[in-house]
Amino acid sequence: MVETTSHSFTGPHGPKPKKALSRRNIFLYGTLFVVTLYYALPLYIMIVTSLKGMPEIRLGNIFAPPLEVTFEPWVKAWSQACTGLTCDGLSTGFWNSVRITIPSVILSIIIASVNGYALANWKFKGANVFFTILIFGAFIPYQVMLYPIVIMLREIGLYGSLTGLVIVHTVFGMPILTLLFRNYFSSLPEELFKAARVDGAGFWGIYFRIMVPMSLPIFTVAVILQVTGIWNDFLFGVVYTGPDSYPMTVSLNNIVNSTQGVKEYNVNMAATIITGLVPLTIYFVSGKLFVRGIAAGAVKG
Amino acid sequence: MTNSVEIKKLDLHFGAVKVLQDLNLDIGKGEFLVLLGSSGCGKSTLLNCIAGLLDVSGGQIHINGTNVTWAEPSERGIGMVFQSYALYPQMTVEGNLSFGLKNAKLPKAEIESRVKRASEILQIEPLLKRKPAALSGGQRQRVAIGRALVRDVDVFLFDEPLSNLDAKLRADLRVEIKRLHHSLQNTMIYVTHDQIEAMTLADRIAIMRGGQIMQLGSPDEIYGRPVNKYVADFIGSPSMNFLDGRIQGGAFHVGDLSIPLDGYDFAGGSPVDADATIGIRPEHVVTGELVGNAAFQVDVEVSLIEPTGSDTLIDCTVAGNHFRVRMDGQSRVSLGEKLRIGINPSMASLFDAKSELRL
Amino acid sequence: MASTRPNQLFRNKSAKIAAIPMIVTALFVFVGGTAWTIVYSFTSSGLLPRLKWVGLDQYERLWDTRKWLVSIENLAIYGLSMLVLVFVIGFILAALLDQKIRFENTIRTVILYPYALSFVVTGLVWQWILNPEFGVQNIVRGWGWETFTFDPLYNAEIAIFGILIAGLWQGSGLVMVLMLAGLRGIDQDVWKAARVDGIPAWKTYLFIVIPMMRPVFITTLVLVVTGIVKIYDLIVAQTGGGPGIATEVPAKYVYDMMFQANNLGQGFAASTMMLVTVALVVIPWAFLEFGGSKNRG
Repeated sequence: MVETTSHSFTGPHGPKPKKALSRRNIFLYGTLFVVTLYYALPLYIMIVTSLKGMPEIRLGNIFAPPLEVTFEPWVKAWSQACTGLTCDGLSTGFWNSVRITIPSVILSIIIASVNGYALANWKFKGANVFFTILIFGAFIPYQVMLYPIVIMLREIGLYGSLTGLVIVHTVFGMPILTLLFRNYFSSLPEELFKAARVDGAGFWGIYFRIMVPMSLPIFTVAVILQVTGIWNDFLFGVVYTGPDSYPMTVSLNNIVNSTQGVKEYNVNMAATIITGLVPLTIYFVSGKLFVRGIAAGAVKG
Repeated sequence: MTNSVEIKKLDLHFGAVKVLQDLNLDIGKGEFLVLLGSSGCGKSTLLNCIAGLLDVSGGQIHINGTNVTWAEPSERGIGMVFQSYALYPQMTVEGNLSFGLKNAKLPKAEIESRVKRASEILQIEPLLKRKPAALSGGQRQRVAIGRALVRDVDVFLFDEPLSNLDAKLRADLRVEIKRLHHSLQNTMIYVTHDQIEAMTLADRIAIMRGGQIMQLGSPDEIYGRPVNKYVADFIGSPSMNFLDGRIQGGAFHVGDLSIPLDGYDFAGGSPVDADATIGIRPEHVVTGELVGNAAFQVDVEVSLIEPTGSDTLIDCTVAGNHFRVRMDGQSRVSLGEKLRIGINPSMASLFDAKSELRL
Repeated sequence: MASTRPNQLFRNKSAKIAAIPMIVTALFVFVGGTAWTIVYSFTSSGLLPRLKWVGLDQYERLWDTRKWLVSIENLAIYGLSMLVLVFVIGFILAALLDQKIRFENTIRTVILYPYALSFVVTGLVWQWILNPEFGVQNIVRGWGWETFTFDPLYNAEIAIFGILIAGLWQGSGLVMVLMLAGLRGIDQDVWKAARVDGIPAWKTYLFIVIPMMRPVFITTLVLVVTGIVKIYDLIVAQTGGGPGIATEVPAKYVYDMMFQANNLGQGFAASTMMLVTVALVVIPWAFLEFGGSKNRG
């Protein structure tokens, strides 16, 4: 995985382009321009809609830039929009998502990195059996395991709580993260591990003193992967938490698809952008590491 | 207690694949033992077993009289040097040297003095604050040796330590390792596939093949009296010439040639009649004025000339077999030239045709 | 110091302790949870799970339910269209981006960003764009084409294609990135050899490059298919399954049965059917990938 993705974007391989304004180039750049526009447009529409007042929306078309920029929809979406039950906007959901995402990301990465390390360097009999089950588990539709987990969480008294959801995210993040870390640790030179054992370092000593300091890039990839995945989750949030602890995606859906009151499209779009802001920021800041994260799931190692 | 390392009936298998089989080996105190063989022969595996980095399937390993078969690597009193240096990239040279000592919870002053002593011996004091990435290959391997040195142990394990270095550095470090052994006088077990390293460093060489030791002996014995055809072929460059024929009446017959075997030291004491292979090293074939003294002489035609500077290798045909001769680099020969060569049977090796064992 | 062979259970102890979360997850959640659901799909569980066997009743009822049949039909239409289009679009975009073009990074960033967004956000944006009163339909009518109709989310006949547009927007960037990685992984000499032999570019792609990318295609296929089967959030956000039941999908059927209709047995049977669907794709793939040569995964 690591090798594949690191040389993935070294340079284009296609045939060499000819003159700057050849028919081929006009076609090529023309197509790419239209395509890029198509992908960018929804984001543009979200932004301009969220900055218009409702009267302007009713009159104009959705592509037109706002005549009069107003941030009121954003304020309303954040603190006043109604979900059908309450009217305190997205803020509650946002903070719930923060409280879900941070511990889930930390816990899932700690557990998966230690798992991956054990699988890469300390293979014990049967380890690969569990790992195979884990990888196959990644393909099982979540719906199959939804209810048994409800029962398990209820048994340990965590059903409906944020802690319960954190455990669920840790469990379902485990296959891909364990694979990611296992492949990365396997790609580190084995002799380093042997040298550390001769030097008297044990399981945890080697993990903390040798492996972790060498693995910052892969930890970053894992953080990106998990923050985006957990922030964007809807299904687990709606199943395993209650209305008080709904994550942001669930609040957003409740606000926008609430059947009560007049539809305020500008507020809806503001709420939608706010919800997408965290993963979008991570995406635009992390660049190639994000690509490496998603490719890690696909390119086997 | 004269043995430093004793290996008794060692077995190792991964599933059905037998990697080491019923292996016995005693290594004396202060001895430099080289494990030599081609890749996949089990030499590195054996070293890893001695280090405790692989769990054995059966048998025992004793170091300094203690059974360490199931002890942790760090408890065995060994230090190890790896092919890829295996330096911890995030630590400085000093950190690399002291990591093991810190794990052993040695007092700070002790750690400092040991690191100082080792870096003096290896002349790496100016590098102590640098990270491995800022070192050259030779410097890295010195630090790796230093990491074994600071452990203050009796047994050093080397796993192909020079294979990643270029030819010139390899020769330099080889000399340094030999010097280090002379001054430290500790036991060294050294794995390599390079026979020059083996011959120059070893007190004894163990030639391994298929998880077993084929021959254990001094470099002279291995070179001069190989126990079987495999060892004879493996050791020496260019490799030994082999002629298949038959021993009868105290002479070796191949084609219409008959090589008298007077002076050959038969394993059984006296000549036997058997189908056999005679092995003659290219460097043991004599030419020029010396031919007159040789017990067997034959005329050959030069079919290929390979000058190497110090020597010149000649290809020719003896009794229908391809045959190589090593001549002095100063000799002048030309292609197609007729040449008289001489062979002294006392320098040759005879192997049984079936068992391939030395006769 | 251990001189005798230690108990195998305690050798490598720390690694075994560290692996406990993985073992528990694999055995209890993945194997146990799946088995539990399959077992309970043969019971008459309603509001609460109970072990009252009813044989295949739940499955018979499932296949007699119109909502489930619509769900399956939608999944088939959405799935097949998505599969074909996402590969065609993804590959063509990757091939275009692989032409030594300028702004490659910018274009790739723009095409991939929807993948960073959640399905809920995706669904809501497209709900807005496809809104006939304000969105695309309204704009085209504003240009003077008064009878222009494009209201996929309000027309039961084509509603699933409204979902498809959003799904493609969100997911094609992923396929493009994977395909691009596959294209870049191919030895550049292949292109040189093809040019020396005078093979046109499209033929080189079709007959040389694509066959060489088989592994990338297969893994992408598995990813896309499992993603399609799981589709849930997008529907909930974009249409809520409507108009009527026009955009229902199996994953939503399961959720509705389990958590709203208090009909657990139906939910278990439906989710087991989803499992079977995925197994039909994943098991042959696993055999192809890992069956021949072991120890590669």
